[in-house]
Amino acid sequence: MTAVVPRRSRRPKGLTAHIVLVLAVLISVFPFAWTIVMATNTTEDIYKSPPKLTFGSHLLENVRHVLDTIDFFGSMLNTVVVASVTTVLVLFVDSLAAFVFAKFDFPGRRVLFATLVGFMMLPLQLAVLPQFILMSDIGWVGTLKALVLPALANAFGIFWLRQYIENGVPDELLDAARIDGAGFFRQYWNIVLPMIKPALSFLAIYAFVGAWNDYIWPLVVLNDPAHLTLQVALAQLHVGHTTDYSMVMAGVLMASVPLVVVFTIFARGFIAGATEGAVQGS
Amino acid sequence: MLSHWRQYLAISPFFLIFGVFSLFPVFYSLYLAFQRWDGMGTVQFVGLDQFRFLLDDPVFWLSIRNTLAIWVLSTVPTLFGALVLATLLHSVRRFKGFYRIALYIPNVTSIVAVSIFFGAVFSNNFGLVNAILGTVGISPVPWLSNPWLIKLVIALLMTWMWTGYNMIIYLAGLQAIPTQIYEAARLDGAGPIRTFFQITMPIMRPIILFTVIISTINGLQSFSEPQVLFGSNAANPNLGGPGQAGLTTLLYFYQSAFVNNDYGYGAAIVWAFFVLIMVLVVVNWRVVQRGRKS
Repeated sequence: MTAVVPRRSRRPKGLTAHIVLVLAVLISVFPFAWTIVMATNTTEDIYKSPPKLTFGSHLLENVRHVLDTIDFFGSMLNTVVVASVTTVLVLFVDSLAAFVFAKFDFPGRRVLFATLVGFMMLPLQLAVLPQFILMSDIGWVGTLKALVLPALANAFGIFWLRQYIENGVPDELLDAARIDGAGFFRQYWNIVLPMIKPALSFLAIYAFVGAWNDYIWPLVVLNDPAHLTLQVALAQLHVGHTTDYSMVMAGVLMASVPLVVVFTIFARGFIAGATEGAVQGS
Repeated sequence: MLSHWRQYLAISPFFLIFGVFSLFPVFYSLYLAFQRWDGMGTVQFVGLDQFRFLLDDPVFWLSIRNTLAIWVLSTVPTLFGALVLATLLHSVRRFKGFYRIALYIPNVTSIVAVSIFFGAVFSNNFGLVNAILGTVGISPVPWLSNPWLIKLVIALLMTWMWTGYNMIIYLAGLQAIPTQIYEAARLDGAGPIRTFFQITMPIMRPIILFTVIISTINGLQSFSEPQVLFGSNAANPNLGGPGQAGLTTLLYFYQSAFVNNDYGYGAAIVWAFFVLIMVLVVVNWRVVQRGRKS
């Protein structure tokens, strides 16, 4: 299908392409490999000149050091809870609203949708300070609720699911269900949801990764060391012990592995979904 | 109106949360930008004072210059690299899926982890980069203390994170172009370079526009990178690294609002910054659009 390339030169050109792509892949995965090298050696080995370039045998020691310094599993649990609850609620709230915007006409529809899309363009940071003031007024500073609720206003999710439902769920199907006596919620639950599974799984990974990697908001709103998320705990690990790099890198490794594994498993569907959204959205 | 109660009920959870946690805060921060408030005492209306102070604040302008420099240093190589990689990936047949996933992975890792990693690798004294330079006889480079090298390291980090993301988007655009167009061009005797500039680029323009706008919005919001690399110590007068060379506008906002508890000034910074982003988005949009007419 490489119509750009004349037949004669296909082989050498393909080879060049592979070489460049492999180099790019190496740059892309190098930080992960080097993180492992640092996390499995002692800090002295890393500080040596030249540094040790191979995997060492000190991983467990470094991991133990991390566990002694920060409440790693506590913050991991907090992160898992926040990310999962956020994801499930975003999927429900957004798909319900997207269904309404895609398939129903009602007074105010255009204005409401335009407001939502308009706010998608605004930088989130505009809201951070008032959100913090709001959270301290209602006494939620330092709680995990303060992380979940603002994340539910995910306008992108509605925008994206609406497009999918509009094109992917035929009106005839909904009409047929209506004639059979299916109400609004039954149409949503039994017809729309099963039909938009690919879109939902993309949004699920998007929301989960977003919540897992969020930094500025947890940094602002969590002040209790017992309720940190992984990213904030990781940054603290870095502050307190800047010299013990092998320990810090063990922490980085422990925090990165779960997400990379999950992503690699779901990568195909996710990337397909991401491109679909981007190309349609343009 | 009443006959639509189910629809209104179904969208109400979103709009309630959206109203309380997005809509109201955005307008409230605009209100705050005209007040003086430390979060505890009384709120005092000061009109345009915060903005007047902002215009004369050298640190604010420094943070704007830093942000723009980091943005240019990261966006240009990111988008160019992404276009090259997407074109190459489009031309190969084998291992396509593997390349896509391996090149996308940087985008799903956390900025905090990556920032710590870059801090270790570019460390002035012990970093891998300086160690490698040392073996070929080059004396250590002060990556994390020279004002321009600080920006370069942050820009490299962002380039590493975002090239794969943009590549995927370009690739989707390339795959949507019908192959017949290319066959026709080849019959007319157009070479690969000419085909690229006269067929691929014009068709890709809307997608390139999309990535330019997303990169402007994302690239100007650099905060975590310098915060983790340099600013973690809240009382640090050199927030943003030596000479505050990595002090981005959002980091300055964070410092003003949450470290100095100057809520009014924090709100003014973030609103002024928003206006800047909008201006740049419009300028970028104009530039990319103008190419279309010629």
